[in-house]
Amino acid sequence: MEKKQTSPLVKVVLRDGSESVNEQVLLFEIEGNSYCASAPRTHTDNNAREIILCHRVKPSADDAETEVGKQVVSYWEQLPRGEEQDRVFDEFCRLYELRQQEKQRREMQAAEYLKLGKWQRFVYRLKQFFRAVPAWFASFFKKIGKFFKNVGLKIADNAVDLFNTFKNGSWSTRVSFLVMGFGNFVHGQWLRGALFLLMQGAFIVYMVLSGAHWLSLFGSLGEVATKEVYDSVLDITTTEHIDNSFKILLYGIITIFFIFAFAYTWRLNVKQCRICDEITRSGKKVKSAKEDLKSVIDDQFHKTLLSLPVFGIVMFTILPIIFMILVAFTNYDYQHDGYNNLFTWVGLQNFNTMLSFGSGLSVAFGEILAWTLIWAFFATFSNYFLGMFVAMMINKKGIKIKKFWRTILVMTIAIPQFISLLYVSNLFADNGIVNAYLIKWGIVSSPIHFWTDGTLAKIMVLVINIWVGIPYLMLITTGILMNIPEDLYESSRIDGANGFQQFAKITLPYMLFVTGPYLLNSFISNINNFNVIYLLSGGGPARADWGDMGGYIAGDTTILITWLFGITTGAEANYKMASVIGILIFIVVSVLSLIVFTVMPSNRREDDYS
Amino acid sequence: MTEKLQYEQAVEFDVDLDAEALSIEIDAPESAAVAEKIEYRKRIASDQPVPAKKHMGQTAKNRIANTVIYIVLSAICVVWLLPFFGIVFESFRCESTGLAGYIFPKKWGFDNYVRLFTDENSNFLKWFGNTLMMGLITSVVQTVFVMAVSYALSRNRFKGRKLLMNLMLVFGMFPGFLTLILLYTWMSDWGLTMENAPWGLIVIYIAGSGMGYYIAKGFFDTISHSLDEAARVDGATQIQIFFKIILPLSKPIIIYTILMGFMAPWGDFVMATFMANNTNAGYNVAAGLQWLLTDSMINEYYTTFCAGGVLVAIPITVLFMLLQKYYVAGVTGGAVKG
Repeated sequence: MEKKQTSPLVKVVLRDGSESVNEQVLLFEIEGNSYCASAPRTHTDNNAREIILCHRVKPSADDAETEVGKQVVSYWEQLPRGEEQDRVFDEFCRLYELRQQEKQRREMQAAEYLKLGKWQRFVYRLKQFFRAVPAWFASFFKKIGKFFKNVGLKIADNAVDLFNTFKNGSWSTRVSFLVMGFGNFVHGQWLRGALFLLMQGAFIVYMVLSGAHWLSLFGSLGEVATKEVYDSVLDITTTEHIDNSFKILLYGIITIFFIFAFAYTWRLNVKQCRICDEITRSGKKVKSAKEDLKSVIDDQFHKTLLSLPVFGIVMFTILPIIFMILVAFTNYDYQHDGYNNLFTWVGLQNFNTMLSFGSGLSVAFGEILAWTLIWAFFATFSNYFLGMFVAMMINKKGIKIKKFWRTILVMTIAIPQFISLLYVSNLFADNGIVNAYLIKWGIVSSPIHFWTDGTLAKIMVLVINIWVGIPYLMLITTGILMNIPEDLYESSRIDGANGFQQFAKITLPYMLFVTGPYLLNSFISNINNFNVIYLLSGGGPARADWGDMGGYIAGDTTILITWLFGITTGAEANYKMASVIGILIFIVVSVLSLIVFTVMPSNRREDDYS
Repeated sequence: MTEKLQYEQAVEFDVDLDAEALSIEIDAPESAAVAEKIEYRKRIASDQPVPAKKHMGQTAKNRIANTVIYIVLSAICVVWLLPFFGIVFESFRCESTGLAGYIFPKKWGFDNYVRLFTDENSNFLKWFGNTLMMGLITSVVQTVFVMAVSYALSRNRFKGRKLLMNLMLVFGMFPGFLTLILLYTWMSDWGLTMENAPWGLIVIYIAGSGMGYYIAKGFFDTISHSLDEAARVDGATQIQIFFKIILPLSKPIIIYTILMGFMAPWGDFVMATFMANNTNAGYNVAAGLQWLLTDSMINEYYTTFCAGGVLVAIPITVLFMLLQKYYVAGVTGGAVKG
């Protein structure tokens, strides 16, 4: 028996038929089944035998409608009276006890926590986070182990099921093992049958015509790039292209996708035949093709809705990303374009080049990564606080024409970013307006190199990003600020709090709480903020000491995403390294999200505060 | 009552499973959050309404504060609007075409606008047409896709739902630009790059649009389930519920999605440049106008760029200001729900 989780609110139907909503609920597993036991709070230890046992269906589609309580599976009553019941009951009591202890411990923890100051709390949470890290890793590996175990079990289950289906199934079902959809045809479900048959036909034709070819070359990504062919009629030698690594890799992935899809459909086909058999055996009628058609717009409507968008996502997002992940393990670049010169698998070599300490590229990578994070941090928080500040100024009681101020700021959002960014970039050019006026007024004697001085360029992109971002933040925060209950301010003012204290003690905690997820999102989008960096500074000033890659020399303001762009668009495009950078961006982003989601309390139950 | 409880419970489970899927130890931070909540409640409870005292200096102080705020806000408005006036002034400058060291033109005129449409290098009409076409087609189809995905994910609990959402979350963390390397080759096989880049971009925008379901899903989540139930009892099919009940209630979010879909191509610089691959006729306005500012062109075309910028900004700004209300609702909702 393994304790699975505790859930704060579960409705339970007691044995006498009355319902009770209960906080003291245990969910646990006995031999793979989930059960929940509940002890109504009013019950004392004396009649703790009233602890109710009910079967908890797995949370699923029907969850909202059924049966959580109604289906009080009388597991308890099915048990042999006496000893077995007592054993299970004792187990419940033990778990209940554990749960109580756990609750007490948490309460004590909470009490301790309340005594801490703001910063101490943050430190505490951070500590908790890092304390949890080893446990994560442990549970991560445990989960991986469990995952494979589950996959193994599932395959075994399926195999057993298939075997049984074959053994017990009708003749039509058995034929369906070879000819997909046959069983459906026999049972009159011509639509499903036709679809299955079509799938099988398409799969066989595809595999014979090209799938097998791509798959056989997948391990080497092609052997011969070009061949000289002598044409005896025209008496010339032409170069013929044989293999294309790019296509082999791409169609190899597609073929593997297709094989999985086919295997799934085949399994579905067998399962449906079994279900048909069962239904006929019990004397009912199977769903007709007409009913199938109707379900497309009725109970299966969500599948209809999802089909096309999900197909788009799989083909145009997931497939390309898997392709690019694999490219990171090849030597695909402008020299090995896959057409004139094949590329092939090189293992972890690219990651090695990028991350090995001390070499030119890894130095560049380290600095660019550091700047990317610094940039994202300052860009996010400077916008956040200044935007909130502006919103508060506009919101302040007694300020008139609020709408006017807001409209002006909102208008700047409407104008496409590239126009304003390109203009501002040229405003600060060496021969731009700003320098011209500075010289004219005698403030400086020679132009300030806003974009060619590394540090200055960094400051400039951050400052101009504030200019870009404040209107957005003003918009977002205005509404939320107005939701803060006015009486909080009122009473704090009476208590003698000044404006700053009000901000620090009321506004800021509330805002951080509510906009926590937004902050994370904007941090991530700033990591990938191509437009601001590229259109303002172009990633420059170039750092010659980093050397070039893919014909592109990264610069002081280059962030990972503009680096990626530079590497792939140059004449010496270096796709393998671009993929490596892409994967590293993914790792950075996902690790950050994981940390933030754990440390910030605000991501759960946002309603609590309002 | 019952459904609500069960629904809450289902949500509860969703959350727990989520945390499990990410293999996060949630205990400690959760208790911290609970503690904070308790404290907050206590604080509210102890707040006794007390009649406000009026200080003598209060009004004067307030007046000074307000004056300072007016000054700051005016300054902000000037700083924020200055570049736009700058662009407009530059666009009317006739005496030179490159960067100039002053704001007000010495000779005013429409030369740059004329050049924008007649110059051999500037293909502005084509760029504008490309972008407009992309905006119109993408916004419509994308909205259909987004509504479909977000409705399906918000209203139904089906097998594989969690998997699908997690997949989209994880793959969304890869930089989208990465996919272009493959997609470019792909699109060029179908002849949808270079001068046909707009069509290729339409395909790419639309195909990926299902990933942006978060905001609309958050909106659908807030529509009461009892509506569906009632319709279900009356014998409505799912498709009828979707079209006749949910969609009419979702006007704000539909308009928001359309607006976002329409505006995206106007500002998309990366994809447009990449797909057009140095073919002038395949640019959108962003790629095209940026091209006028490349090192070899800027001295001749800087003011032309400004004229183009003005012509692009005007219709977009007007549209945006008209639909501002919906934008604000969408953005704010998105920020709160993440």
